[in-house]
Amino acid sequence: MTHPHARTRRAAFAATAVAGALAVTLTGCGGTTKDDSSGDANAKTSDAKADPDAPLKEGLKVAFLPKQINNPYSKIVNKAGIEAAEEYKGTGKEVGPSDAKASSQVSYINTLIQQRQDAILIAANDPKAVCGPLKQAMKQDIKVVAYDSDTSKDCRQMFINQASSEEIGRSQIQHVAKQMDYKGELAILSATQNATNQNTWIEYMKKELKKPEYKDMKLVDTRYGNDDDQKSFQEAQGLLKSHPKLKAIVSPTTVGIAAAARYVSSSSYKGKVIVNGLGTPNQMRKYIKDGTVEQFSLWNPEELGYLGSYAAAALASGQITGAEGEKFKAGKLGEYEIGKDGEVILGPPTVFDKKNIDDFDF
Amino acid sequence: MITTPRKTRQGEEAPPGPGTPGRSARALAEALLRAREFSIGGALVLLILVTWITNPSFLDSQGTQDLLLNSSILLLLAVGQAVVVLTRNIDLSVGSVVGLSAFACGSFVSGSDHSAATMVLLGIALGALCGLVSGALVSFGRVPALVVTLGMLYVIQGIGYYWADGGQISAANVPDPILELGSGNVLGVPYLPLIAVAVLVATAYYLRTYRSGRELYAIGSNPEAARLAGIPIRRRVLGAYLFSGAVAGLAGALWLARFGTVVADPANGWELTVVSAVVVGGVAITGGVGSVWGAALGATLLTTIGSVLVVLKVNSFWQQAITGVLLLAAITTDRIVHTRTTSALRKRSRK
Repeated sequence: MTHPHARTRRAAFAATAVAGALAVTLTGCGGTTKDDSSGDANAKTSDAKADPDAPLKEGLKVAFLPKQINNPYSKIVNKAGIEAAEEYKGTGKEVGPSDAKASSQVSYINTLIQQRQDAILIAANDPKAVCGPLKQAMKQDIKVVAYDSDTSKDCRQMFINQASSEEIGRSQIQHVAKQMDYKGELAILSATQNATNQNTWIEYMKKELKKPEYKDMKLVDTRYGNDDDQKSFQEAQGLLKSHPKLKAIVSPTTVGIAAAARYVSSSSYKGKVIVNGLGTPNQMRKYIKDGTVEQFSLWNPEELGYLGSYAAAALASGQITGAEGEKFKAGKLGEYEIGKDGEVILGPPTVFDKKNIDDFDF
Repeated sequence: MITTPRKTRQGEEAPPGPGTPGRSARALAEALLRAREFSIGGALVLLILVTWITNPSFLDSQGTQDLLLNSSILLLLAVGQAVVVLTRNIDLSVGSVVGLSAFACGSFVSGSDHSAATMVLLGIALGALCGLVSGALVSFGRVPALVVTLGMLYVIQGIGYYWADGGQISAANVPDPILELGSGNVLGVPYLPLIAVAVLVATAYYLRTYRSGRELYAIGSNPEAARLAGIPIRRRVLGAYLFSGAVAGLAGALWLARFGTVVADPANGWELTVVSAVVVGGVAITGGVGSVWGAALGATLLTTIGSVLVVLKVNSFWQQAITGVLLLAAITTDRIVHTRTTSALRKRSRK
């Protein structure tokens, strides 16, 4: 789970999926035989060495395979990635299933192998289910970069992480602490009680709060709005009722922060309670403009796609191999260093406020 | 035979013949069934009082407004659902209809200056259309309501997903007069509960006074007898679905006004909450018994429990468990009251 909110999206049009599967079978029939391509691919991978000075190759073919097409978040990520490909004179495209099921990406990977892409970027629906075909791709010298949601470590060369969980968690407290002047009560409005990413962030928020500079701040409650509008509303109301001295609500989920902001904006608490957390600019624009919310944050999905695209190009051009410590240039974002297990972290989340919110549309 | 007490309770227009035990039987049945509404109402009052004593700010002006606003949408949906359940049918598609209507209204008003009234009419029309399709399939197609409306749930949801294409309606694009409908008030009473109560009162009046309203009870009590009595069952059932759909459509429009931000399926899963509210409110799932007042009380009780648990700092996990227990308790009491009344009435008739 990497999207800030986790509403299940059921498959709407199975027909598309069936059509997609058919297409795969057809291309599968006309494709080359496995043996001749994997033979020389093995030879290539074995002597692959990073040449940091190698220029980015022109005409690279890069494919983006999101968890699910039709998702506004993935669209922004991949559009930015495709635009980045144009910058380095390659071609990018987005393909993917209409549902986020574990196995639905497999047939797409097979097709991409047949099409002999130079690199595949994948946001894995399931870390293991996509492993077989991805390994097949790597054998054939197709570079594999996971972004947004990782695969198992041995099934890809690199993983572009939107922001580390620790960074997200700690920065939430750092931001709200400044707004609260480092004193007073705060509460968390989360999604569901067992959402892994939410709980990891909350863990880090609590760790950050233990630092001495926050000694006058107190986390009084953590409530769960289940990413449901009405429930989040009620939880926000309850927080304010049961903690009359509450100074801030931090909601690390897009549904929660929008609900809290809407409630506060239409109640007598407007201007008295701080709302902060993770949200999207389109959702929060109204509340930033009417002054209910001063700031909120989220990683920039455009930069995520952009960085992924450049990482794939650097791999395909032989600048890097995905080993720890290697460095590569990601266009306008500057230089990035590969961390442990081939992981690259995009950077701290972007903070949105009155000044910059109109520069974003997602 | 079994349905006699139920019908006599509701059948005000049928005067009991001289010397029959009708009057006392009716009084007994009525008392028992009214007891249901009173007990839910009592539970609700008690719940609010206890919370108020524990936390006096629970009933300050903001708190009261919140309570009223929270229950409005569920109350509306429960009224619509009750009318369908009375005819021994069910409408599981309401959650999707609310979602589609909210999203459609959102797209319609986004960045425009359409008035709240136009938007509400659009929502009602769209909901009525959905209700018409479900109703036609149930009444004329003779397909079980459970299957039809479950199918409609997915169809409408699918349309919503396809249309929304992962997008959402942002509060920033919704015109202020529409958001004002969701948050504003007249003399301290917010608009939403006023609308909900207006629909409730009108429906209750219709069900009690109009011939076609009475016929809905007759259909639910005993479809075969209703048919023999010359009641146009199909038309009435179609009407019930049309109403439920229209109310869900209205609820969708109000959803947008209240929450501002809307995704493709905001009320995903609400159908079951609505059915729970109706059953807790004393409307028998087997049809023919209950009132929209009860359903409305059931809806208010369920949402109030949600608010109270938060204020009392109880883990929200309990909310679902409590709803479940209430549901089981409601069905059990129904069963017991039903068996007791039937046997009591039989004894009296024998005398």
